[in-house]
Amino acid sequence: MKPLRIAGLTKEFRLGLGRQRVVALDRLDLEVEPGEIFGFLGHNGAGKTTTIKLLLGLLFPTAGRAWILERPIEEVAVKQHVGFLPESPYFYEYLTAEEFLTFYGQLFGLGGQSLAKKIDELLAMVSLADARHLPLRKFSKGMLQRIGLAQALVNDPQVVILDEPMSGLDPIGRRDVRDIILHLKDEGKTIFFSTHILPDVEMICDRVGILVKGQLRAVGAVHELVGTTAVTSVEILVERLAEVGIRKAEELGGKVVRRGDQVLIKLDDEHKVDQVLDLIRRHAGRLVSLVPHKRSLEDLFLKETAEVGRT
Amino acid sequence: MNRITVIALNTFRETLRDKILYNLVFFGLLLIGSSILLSTLTIGEQVKIIEDIGLASINLFGVIIAIFVGIGLVSKEIEKRTIFTIIAKPVPRYLFLLGKYSGLALTLLVNVGIMAAGFFLTILVSKAGLHLALLKAIGLIFMELLVITAVAVMFSTFTTPTLSATFTLAIYVIGHLTDDLKVLGAKMGESLTKTILDGLYYLLPNLDYFNVKGQAVHGLPIEPSYLVSAATYGIAYSTMLLILACLIFQRRDFK
Repeated sequence: MKPLRIAGLTKEFRLGLGRQRVVALDRLDLEVEPGEIFGFLGHNGAGKTTTIKLLLGLLFPTAGRAWILERPIEEVAVKQHVGFLPESPYFYEYLTAEEFLTFYGQLFGLGGQSLAKKIDELLAMVSLADARHLPLRKFSKGMLQRIGLAQALVNDPQVVILDEPMSGLDPIGRRDVRDIILHLKDEGKTIFFSTHILPDVEMICDRVGILVKGQLRAVGAVHELVGTTAVTSVEILVERLAEVGIRKAEELGGKVVRRGDQVLIKLDDEHKVDQVLDLIRRHAGRLVSLVPHKRSLEDLFLKETAEVGRT
Repeated sequence: MNRITVIALNTFRETLRDKILYNLVFFGLLLIGSSILLSTLTIGEQVKIIEDIGLASINLFGVIIAIFVGIGLVSKEIEKRTIFTIIAKPVPRYLFLLGKYSGLALTLLVNVGIMAAGFFLTILVSKAGLHLALLKAIGLIFMELLVITAVAVMFSTFTTPTLSATFTLAIYVIGHLTDDLKVLGAKMGESLTKTILDGLYYLLPNLDYFNVKGQAVHGLPIEPSYLVSAATYGIAYSTMLLILACLIFQRRDFK
């Protein structure tokens, strides 16, 4: 059973007085596998939030369909098994953490001892047990994000959809959210989250999709997309290399940057590394460091977005 | 607990933690109490002045609470995006709206109750007699507030808080003048203007229907049949507005 299946999902908005048509999401096809962490990547305005809002029934699609747990998203009851954290969430600030979670639990038809126990668990999981009786208006941004996550999990959902769960958080806050997401995966839940913070994606996602201007440009496992061994460039830092050596390195196609008596040689072709190393030995240079650069998700992301930018 | 009740109680709790509400109720009570001072300025009509000011205060502050707190409750959820998490739960949209409306109705009931208690206390302090007509008048004031709240909720499903407040206030004022629309229409003879005025007369709420303050104060009879028909009208009108509000809300995009 696919936790999430999207077919040809399209959303057009009509903006301004001229009712100008803007395509926010263009025929999106996507499938998410059970138990995986799927990262939905894209710049601001790429259509990530639009997709998520369509899935949760906050927006209505112009065309296309989607299924959560093989049930059409139009069925309100399917949301019984879905957890959702919106982007930069605003919550009822007059409620305390405990009241807040109780309210959301009750919306799922939960109550009594089992809900109270679930709330204890969730508050412990997001490290907010001490803030149980604190009104949300006194929460910091990181705390709000964590209580937001707790709210998304109150119904023990099979599918968790998070919109930019790490944006606006400091490094510790981001690590906390990352740990929670990994914990959810261990529990067998499927997580679909949008982000534009790439290191987080590389670290925790099983698969990613890259969305550019409303179109899905690439989908796949992180290592498939970026390649495991492909080295795109090599940076060699040398000390006291003679002028002749520097000139020859340039002739080999290296980009040379001088820093006092150090020289940084950047090669786009890894096969020329040996030749440069020969040069260094011959011309009395001393090797300081050699750093191969692999193709990162960021490069891929930039490449995909740049291509669309040109067309 | 069913979902309407959950949302209604949460809404009620929200209003209870809103300082604006306390200020409004406080000023309402202050005005009701001050009627004792004002009544000393007249000769022989003290009781009528107290009753008149008391009922008018309950009405005025009730309307202010209905419009401003009522609009805040739905539009604020949309503007502050708290509604996102609610819609993402297995809660049909119309249930959300009905829950909000019920919560607000409860708030109004409690507030009108508090102001009525203050009013009755004032009457007792001034040694005038309580009579049933006053309770009937307050009952119909509450009915009027339910209609106004439905108007406020309906507008806030598709427009901004400021516009909703303006529209609702406009409906409130016109709602008390609909009889004039009919009279004006009658003087027009058969014309398009008459048709439009007649149409407006039937479309807009006839809020004067709920106004029996004059009769109550002056001891004129208020027939039970009148109360029943006014209440039926109020409930029917509010129901229509809420159905319309649900229909709009059901199809709306939350960008």
